[in-house]
Amino acid sequence: MAVVEDRRAGVQPMWVERIPPVWWALGLILLTMPAWAGDFILFQVMGWTFILGIIALSLMFLAGYGGMVSLIQMSVAAMAGYMVAIFGASGVAEISMGLPWWLYIPIAIGVAALFGTIVGALAVRTAGIYTIMITLAIASAFFYFTRQNYTIFNGYSGFNLVVPPQLFGVDWRQAVPFYYLTLGCAAICYAAVVYVSRAPFGLALQGVRDNPRRMAALGFNVTAHRVAAYTFASVIAAIGGILLVWQNAQIAPGTAGIPAVIDILVIAVVGGIGRPIGPFIGALIYVVLSTFSPDLLTAFGLSGERFNLLIGLGFLAVVFFSPDGVLGLWERWQARRARMSDPLKGGGA
Amino acid sequence: MSAAESFAAGNAAERLGAVSTGNALELRGVGKMFGALAAIEDVTLTVRSGERRAVLGSNGAGKTTLFNCITGDFLPTTGTIRLFGEDVTRFPAYERIRRGLRRTYQISLLFNGLTVADNVYLACRGVSRGRFSFLRPRRGDTLVARADELIEAVHLTASRDTAVANLSYGQQRQLEIALALAGAPRVVLFDEPAAGLSPTERAELVAILNGLPEHIGYIIIEHDMDVALRVAERVSMMHNGRIFKEGTPEEIENDPEVQELYLGGGDE
Repeated sequence: MAVVEDRRAGVQPMWVERIPPVWWALGLILLTMPAWAGDFILFQVMGWTFILGIIALSLMFLAGYGGMVSLIQMSVAAMAGYMVAIFGASGVAEISMGLPWWLYIPIAIGVAALFGTIVGALAVRTAGIYTIMITLAIASAFFYFTRQNYTIFNGYSGFNLVVPPQLFGVDWRQAVPFYYLTLGCAAICYAAVVYVSRAPFGLALQGVRDNPRRMAALGFNVTAHRVAAYTFASVIAAIGGILLVWQNAQIAPGTAGIPAVIDILVIAVVGGIGRPIGPFIGALIYVVLSTFSPDLLTAFGLSGERFNLLIGLGFLAVVFFSPDGVLGLWERWQARRARMSDPLKGGGA
Repeated sequence: MSAAESFAAGNAAERLGAVSTGNALELRGVGKMFGALAAIEDVTLTVRSGERRAVLGSNGAGKTTLFNCITGDFLPTTGTIRLFGEDVTRFPAYERIRRGLRRTYQISLLFNGLTVADNVYLACRGVSRGRFSFLRPRRGDTLVARADELIEAVHLTASRDTAVANLSYGQQRQLEIALALAGAPRVVLFDEPAAGLSPTERAELVAILNGLPEHIGYIIIEHDMDVALRVAERVSMMHNGRIFKEGTPEEIENDPEVQELYLGGGDE
């Protein structure tokens, strides 16, 4: 699981100069999108992509840099969403407290981070398949708990009418503002992960992934480092969870049901867990497939609900042909093209 | 400073005792069982500060297990381990490392997904503050500079930005040593640093070891008598999990019992 990141430390050119042209183009497309895309694309497709991408990014951070495959990320996101509904305003007036946004957002992130940290503290003592098992077990427990608990989580029906605050006179649930809100959050989370991956904390986490025993022999408290990684990932997942509850305007146990938990894993793996951009690619593929495949399937005379079949087949194909996700396919294609155009080795040009 | 500190700490007698004897390591009756198998038994060993000690013995004599107990990779089953006078028997590995202990591994344990520079930088970070820092090192960061010095000291400057997975075996062994010398080491455990090296690389290793500052002591496990006897002041012989002889390199070399056990009856 080698991480192909920018390895140049030491003397570097200005950071602006180091941004490849592809990123400028991507940034331009994303920023101008509201000028040429419809509300449905902005709110439903892109908004959802960014949200799922953020949650899957938190898994990528743990799995790609820390070597810990955690299935708790969706539950952590849902926890943050629930906290927004409980401490903020919702249609369930007897539970919701109606606190102002500047209070309930930090509370939501804090509670979700605490939840993720506790799960992490339990999970880091295990490795490989056992980490997956223990986080899956806690995710299931969280799902059933929210479904059965009516005093706090309002059981089966959850909370409705949970909307973002009217800040600066903008209705943030309108397509264009919501698009920019999710784009901004996704960009910040992405940048944070990229930055931290080269900071001492992130480097040490990759050291722990490669060789925990040696890290201890270099003076690092490996357990504490892993738990802290869960905390950091939980904050990112929590941001995704808050956006998710605003987008749906409601939250219910199904938000963090087992299918949703698995979807996050599928998104991260399909996109590629080697690099922070992978989860966003995976999320875009997932959202496009689940949004448009019903039309495609009905056009072929199949039932529209079979879109999971397409996603499942896509997942199988990726796992079989490119264990490092779509990103890995792209990188191999680039490497091959570079080889082909090399005059010494024959081929094109 | 250490004396003033110990008076302030209130257990002056104990601390001063440790300072006056100047022992880097004191092992008393250390044993390690794996199930019913005793890997090492009743090992008592004292290494002074700055002393260079070789541990010799055949395969399976328990040398690496002894190292693992000293660094805290395993907790010993019996006995006590004191590091600079402090009882560290139950300390986790990272606490011992932060007190000046270092080690290399017989089979290189490196971070294959990272570059040489990152590996050494992590080693420097591990024994300083800011292990959890979310801020990237700035230009002119002292730890980055220190890491570059270490990389130069082990002749890896040309491979600074190479991923460890792409290094040659000999280079990986050199990197092992760089990791062990990060920070302010006071006693280093070298586990067969010369294994698999060419004669030239061996000579280089001996030069690196003999060139270490005087206050840095070390224990070296080495099969190659030539290397071991040239870099050590004292030698401990291990056999079947016990230390059975200790002396200067000459004494050990000329000891008939040692010759019989270790050199297979000696050279005819």
